[in-house]
Amino acid sequence: MTAPVTAASVALDGAVTTAPPAEAEAFIPSRGFWGHVGHRLVRDPVAMAAGAVILLIIAVAILSPWITPMDPYKGSMLRRLRPIGDATYWLGSDELGRDMLSRLMVGARLSLFMGVTPVLIAFAIGSAIGILAGYVGGWTNTILMRTIDVFFAFPSVLLAIALSGALGAGIFNAIVSLTCVFVPQIARVAESVTTGIRRRDYIDAAKLSGASALTIMRVQVLGNVVGPIFVYATSLISVSMILASGLSFLGLGVRPPEPEWGLMLNTLRTAIYVNPMVAALPGLAIFIVSISFNLFSDGLRTAMEIRQ
Amino acid sequence: MLLYILKRLIYVTPVAFGVSVVCFLLVHLAPGDPLSAVLPADATQATIDEMRSAYGFDKPLPVQYAIWLWHVLQGDLGTSIATGRPVLGEVSRAVVNSLILASVATLIGFTFGTLFGFVAGYRRNSVLDRAASALSVFGVSVPHYWLGMVLVIIFSATLGWLPPTGAGPDGSGNWRPDFEHLRYIILPAVTMSVIPTGIIARTVRALVADILAQDFVEALRAKGMDEWGVFKHVVRNAAPTALAIMGLQLGYLLGGSILIETVFAWPGTGFLLNAAIFQRDLPLLQGSILVLAMFFVLLNLIVDVMQTALDPRIERA
Repeated sequence: MTAPVTAASVALDGAVTTAPPAEAEAFIPSRGFWGHVGHRLVRDPVAMAAGAVILLIIAVAILSPWITPMDPYKGSMLRRLRPIGDATYWLGSDELGRDMLSRLMVGARLSLFMGVTPVLIAFAIGSAIGILAGYVGGWTNTILMRTIDVFFAFPSVLLAIALSGALGAGIFNAIVSLTCVFVPQIARVAESVTTGIRRRDYIDAAKLSGASALTIMRVQVLGNVVGPIFVYATSLISVSMILASGLSFLGLGVRPPEPEWGLMLNTLRTAIYVNPMVAALPGLAIFIVSISFNLFSDGLRTAMEIRQ
Repeated sequence: MLLYILKRLIYVTPVAFGVSVVCFLLVHLAPGDPLSAVLPADATQATIDEMRSAYGFDKPLPVQYAIWLWHVLQGDLGTSIATGRPVLGEVSRAVVNSLILASVATLIGFTFGTLFGFVAGYRRNSVLDRAASALSVFGVSVPHYWLGMVLVIIFSATLGWLPPTGAGPDGSGNWRPDFEHLRYIILPAVTMSVIPTGIIARTVRALVADILAQDFVEALRAKGMDEWGVFKHVVRNAAPTALAIMGLQLGYLLGGSILIETVFAWPGTGFLLNAAIFQRDLPLLQGSILVLAMFFVLLNLIVDVMQTALDPRIERA
C-alpha cells in the first residue's frame, strides 16, 4: 500500500485526514489503517456474531453437495409436508415430499450467488464510473452523473422487476438486472468520495512528481476511495439478497426444480394452511442472511470511523 | 420561491426525458420482436411484415421513439395486448389502489417511525433506544414478502381474524373506505409499513440527537424554557427532513409494492405489472413502469419544493 493510505484514516463521508505523527510510533509498530479497523471490528460482538453466521452459511453452501442428509431433488408423494421435527425429515418436507433441510442447504448456493454477484460486479463497474467522473470532473462528470440520475428516478425494486421482466426469467437475467440497479448507487458514492479527495495535497504531490493521470487514479485515488466504497457496497448485499430472492419468488429468477430460497418460499405458499412453519422456513433463511450482512456492514462502518 | 420552483422544473426535465427513453427501450430489451407475443406461431412472413409496419416496428428506433413519445404526451400509452383496452385506463385504476395502500402504509410508518425516533433520540443508549435501533435494522433486513406470508399465517390461517388476500369482500377491484374494506387493507399495509418505520425511526433519532446537542437548545433551557417548549423547537427543526423522508418513502413504496401486492393479491400496479410480465404484455409493462417512474420523479420534485418552503435554512438560489 502507498504511504497516504496507511497513514490516513478514511471516513465514510470521504474525508481523509492524515494521521498526526504519533510520538508512540517509534516504540509501538503501527498497525496501519486496516489493522486498526480489523482490531476494532474484532472487539464488536454483534459484528463478529453476524460475520460468524455469514461464514457458517457460506461453508454450508460450499459443502452442501457432500453433507446434505438426503437427496434435495428426490420427492415422495406419500411423505409431503411433514412437520418440523419429523424423525426422517428434521426440518419437515416440502409440497413434493422433498427434504427441507437438504433443500435449504443446497438452496444457500444459488441464493448467496444471486445476492452477492450483482453487488460485486456493480462494485467494479460503479467504482470505475464514479472514480472517473470524480477525478476527471468537468463535462465527463456532468454527462456520467446526469445519466446516473435517470436511474435514480426508478425505485430499486421497480427497476429490478422492470428489467428482468423485459429480459425474461432466468438466473443470468436476474443478475444483470440487479447489477443495473446497484451500479448507479455505487457510482454516486464513488463519485462523491473521489471528488472529496481530488484536491488533496498528496494528489498534487503525485502530479508534480510526474505521475500520469492513470497512475494517480490507480495508486493515489483508488487506494484512498476503495475502502469507503467497499463498505457502502457491503451494505447493499442485504438488499440484493432480498431482491434476488424476491425475483425468484415472483418467478423471474431461478426455475424449478432448482432449490433457491425465494422460489421455495413461493411454491410453499400453497401450504400455509397445512404446514405453516415449514412454509415460512425459506423466508427465515433469507432474513437471517440479510440481517447478518446488515449488522456486519454496520460494524465495519463504525470500525472505519476512526476519529483522531 | 417561484424562481426556485422554475429552476427545479428545468432540472427535472432532462431526468424525465431520460426516464422516458429507458421505458421506451425496455420493450426493445425483450428477446425477440415485441410482436412475437401477439402473433400466432404459424404466421406467414407477409403477415409479420404487415404487422410490423402497422405497429411502426419497421422504422428506425429514434423515429419509433419520437412517435411513441408524441402519443404518450397526448395521454396515449398504447393498448394492452391481453385485454385490448387502453393501457392508461388499466394503469390509472391500479394506481389508485396502490396509492391507497402505500399512503396508509406510509402513515403507519411515519407515526411509529417518528415516535420511536423521538424516544430513541431523547434517551440515547437507553433500553428504548436499543429497541428502536433493533427495530430499524429488522425493518430494512426483513424480506417483506416473507413478513407478509408470516402475518397471513398468524392472523388469517391460524387465528382467522383477517382476510388473507384481496381488496374487498366482493372480490371487486376497488377499495372503499368502509369497515369491511378496512379489514382487507390491515395486513398488506402493516407489512408494507415495516420498511419506512425503520428508515424514519433511524433518521429521526439521528436528527433529534443532533438538534439536542446544538447550542440553541442549551440557550433555550438557560433562559428558562420548560421541556415542552424545547420539544416544540426540536419538532420544528426536525420536521422538514422527516417530512421529506416520508415523501420519498411513499414513492419507494408505490414503486416497490409489486412483491407485497402479489402476496396479498392487492389489485394495484404491482399486481398489474406481474400480470403484464407473465402474459408478455409489453405495452402494459412499459406503460405501468413509465407512470410509476414519472410519479416518483414528480414526488421528488414536490418533496424538494416543500422542504425548501418549510425550512428557512435551505438556500433557495
